[in-house]
Amino acid sequence: MTFLSRVLATAAALAISAGASAQELRVGLASEPTSMDPHYHNLSPNNSLLSHIFESLVDQDERQRLQPGLAESWKAIDDNTWEFKLRRNVKFHDGTPFTADDVLFSFERAPNVEGSPASFGIYARGKTLVKVDDHTVHIKTETPYPLMPNDVSQIFIVSKKHATGAKTPDFNSGKAAVGTGAFRYVEYTPGNRIVVQRNDAYWGAKPQWSRVTFRGLKSAPSRVAALLAGDVDLIEQVPAIDLERLKKDPKIDVAQIVSNRIMYLHLDHFRDDSPFVKAKDGGAIKNPLRDLRVRTAISKAIDRDAIVSRVMEGVAIKAGQLLPEGFFGVSSKLQPVAYDPNGAKKLLAEAGVPNGFRLTIHSPNDRYPNDAKIAEAIGQMLTRIGIDTQVVTMTSGVFFREASSGGPDKTPKFSLILVGWGSGTGETSSPLKSLLATHDQKKGMGGANRGRYSNPAVDKLIDQALATVDDGKRQDLLARAAEVAIEDVGIVPLHYVVNVWAMRKGFSYKARADEYTLAGGVTKAN
Amino acid sequence: MVFVIRRVLQSVIVVLVMSLVVFVGVHLVGDPVHILINDDMTKEEVERFVRKLGLDRPMHEQYLHFLANAARGDLGNSFVHNEPALKLIVERMPATLELAFAAFLLAIVVGIPLGMYAGLKPESPGSRAIMAGSILGFSLPTFWVGLMLIMVFAVMLGWLPSTGRGEFGTWDGLRHLALPALNLALFKMALVTRLARAGTREAALQDYVKFARAKGLSPSRVVLVHVLKNILVPVVTVLGLELGGLIAFSVVTETVFAWPGMGKLLIDSIQRLDRPVIVAYLVITVLMFVVINLVVDLLYAALDPRVRLREMKA
Repeated sequence: MTFLSRVLATAAALAISAGASAQELRVGLASEPTSMDPHYHNLSPNNSLLSHIFESLVDQDERQRLQPGLAESWKAIDDNTWEFKLRRNVKFHDGTPFTADDVLFSFERAPNVEGSPASFGIYARGKTLVKVDDHTVHIKTETPYPLMPNDVSQIFIVSKKHATGAKTPDFNSGKAAVGTGAFRYVEYTPGNRIVVQRNDAYWGAKPQWSRVTFRGLKSAPSRVAALLAGDVDLIEQVPAIDLERLKKDPKIDVAQIVSNRIMYLHLDHFRDDSPFVKAKDGGAIKNPLRDLRVRTAISKAIDRDAIVSRVMEGVAIKAGQLLPEGFFGVSSKLQPVAYDPNGAKKLLAEAGVPNGFRLTIHSPNDRYPNDAKIAEAIGQMLTRIGIDTQVVTMTSGVFFREASSGGPDKTPKFSLILVGWGSGTGETSSPLKSLLATHDQKKGMGGANRGRYSNPAVDKLIDQALATVDDGKRQDLLARAAEVAIEDVGIVPLHYVVNVWAMRKGFSYKARADEYTLAGGVTKAN
Repeated sequence: MVFVIRRVLQSVIVVLVMSLVVFVGVHLVGDPVHILINDDMTKEEVERFVRKLGLDRPMHEQYLHFLANAARGDLGNSFVHNEPALKLIVERMPATLELAFAAFLLAIVVGIPLGMYAGLKPESPGSRAIMAGSILGFSLPTFWVGLMLIMVFAVMLGWLPSTGRGEFGTWDGLRHLALPALNLALFKMALVTRLARAGTREAALQDYVKFARAKGLSPSRVVLVHVLKNILVPVVTVLGLELGGLIAFSVVTETVFAWPGMGKLLIDSIQRLDRPVIVAYLVITVLMFVVINLVVDLLYAALDPRVRLREMKA
């Protein structure tokens, strides 16, 4: 070692030891929140970060099971009314007490934020709040509404005193960012970092960290490098390609959990002449995707194990329904369809297309982990059973416009698409409603049903489930709806994404299905 | 004066044409609505949002609306952040300027001496090594070099932080600045080295250098005054333009090092199709290039008395 490098190394060591104190946590985020306004943008990175500062009446644990939050308890007191008992002795960061007025104010503000790109209206809409006393709130709906606690868990409670008249920039500057959470706002510098500090008056379990710094490290290699260099203690969304190496690194630990996001194929169910399906000779053909046997053949032609192990590098779990085991509303009967190319060919023959046809699969190439590669793999697998498949991938800004409303009369444009769906509520009514219920904008059903799948039996089961307050009965109805829709191959489930965090040795993280990175879930052994 | 006025008028036209090109361009790239909204939103909510952003109107109306606002200094609100696009860009500007000027200085301080050395002693092994190094500096992709710098200096040696920016003007700030500035400077360094070498080789054979030597001036005076002064004209011209590039397009370096500057903002905005920010960014970039070109022209005249401002009117 030369003199110079020794001097440099000593200086660097001094600087490092001065930087990180024992109670300070540094987190590298894959995507930064777009705002500090908890009602501005209903987006995972925002909700994840803001749940340090703000809380909801109902909390979701790491597997998205509902837990008491600012409400101690809740129950349906009649068909159309839910009663929430609020926690006493909770104080906002400025010391003012939390009461029912703040709840009413927050539910009023959430759907009405000016310029909100993805509003919280979907959770607040159609609900009337009544203050019974300072610590009791009744929420009424027109019809029985079993998902009330799930919806309520999505609305952050802000301080009426500070947020009255406040606009989004007031939250970004910290002026209105006063919540009840375990951390308080310190600094928000978009593009650089977000700093929060422990709220020592917090009502719940106090986190180990007196100060937490979140930094946006969008580029995946840089995120991993920052962890390896010790510049951050924890990173989220570890790229699959680095996972094996990190697992072998003695200085690094890894935490992972199956997520609420399913990757699936949507097929054209509604057109006899589908724009991207052609006969082998290039001529027109009656849309074979409307035939259950052809849809089943496609599902059988897909080698899900190969996708999971080769394309996803093992960071995925093959899927047979809408959410993985353990979530509310999943069916115990549905299993991933086994790879069976010969069976698939037989089904094609039975359906009258023994030699297959021509098909184009469309996929985004910058939205989901390895999306374009998965589409390419599926293209090859389908070609193997005789369906000559062309793969077209595009940036998500173009893809979602075309896939949702690029055709005539704002119909979906494509014939077969690869997409993903994360269930924010953590139960199966979310994907059933959005992906498989008959498309009906007025009812708010089938919003992402880009294959226009429509099955009266499924619709009826979903409607029934959404009107059944009893958890056991609703679970059965949801599972039944999923069984009917999946057996009818309304969508082709591929795999569930696995969420991965990596951290320095000695730290541990309670991995979460909803992709949130919460400082409260990070602990360090001494 | 006439020259300056003429240049300003030209610049206005350039900015206008550019804004139109960019405006049409970002409309072709994709639809921001489908990236920003949530699939669970009802039709009414989506339509309300689209109306609020003015995306329901035909493109020429949107453009005229944009121009009318721009004339008042309002370049629109970011779709994503709901704050003025100009504010977002200006907030990030100090970080980018810090990085760009650090890289700029590094390129000059390292590039000119190396280039002059290589020009004065073209046959020495040191010069050959410098020229080989400059080829590497030209041809290695920035993102790869950036990652390698992080690998070596942050991960393996642990001397410098891998990413982010420290407080300006502090030791910590300098440590954060070192790797990204070096990464950004590498290409320019190679460029300056080559320019300086070519200039030096040419100047060394000129009569005035021979005369200076014959007059008995010390070698260092010959090199530092007579040669250096004369090679600066091409170097300044090119560097002026390159400085604009450093400020406007340090996108890759900023992304790799998570440097909170304008380049990172641009990339994020492109990925989210945040049209107002993209358009505002490029309008500002064009303005900056125009100003820098003007300054270069003026500097040029100052450095080389043969070039008169009057001549540039042509």
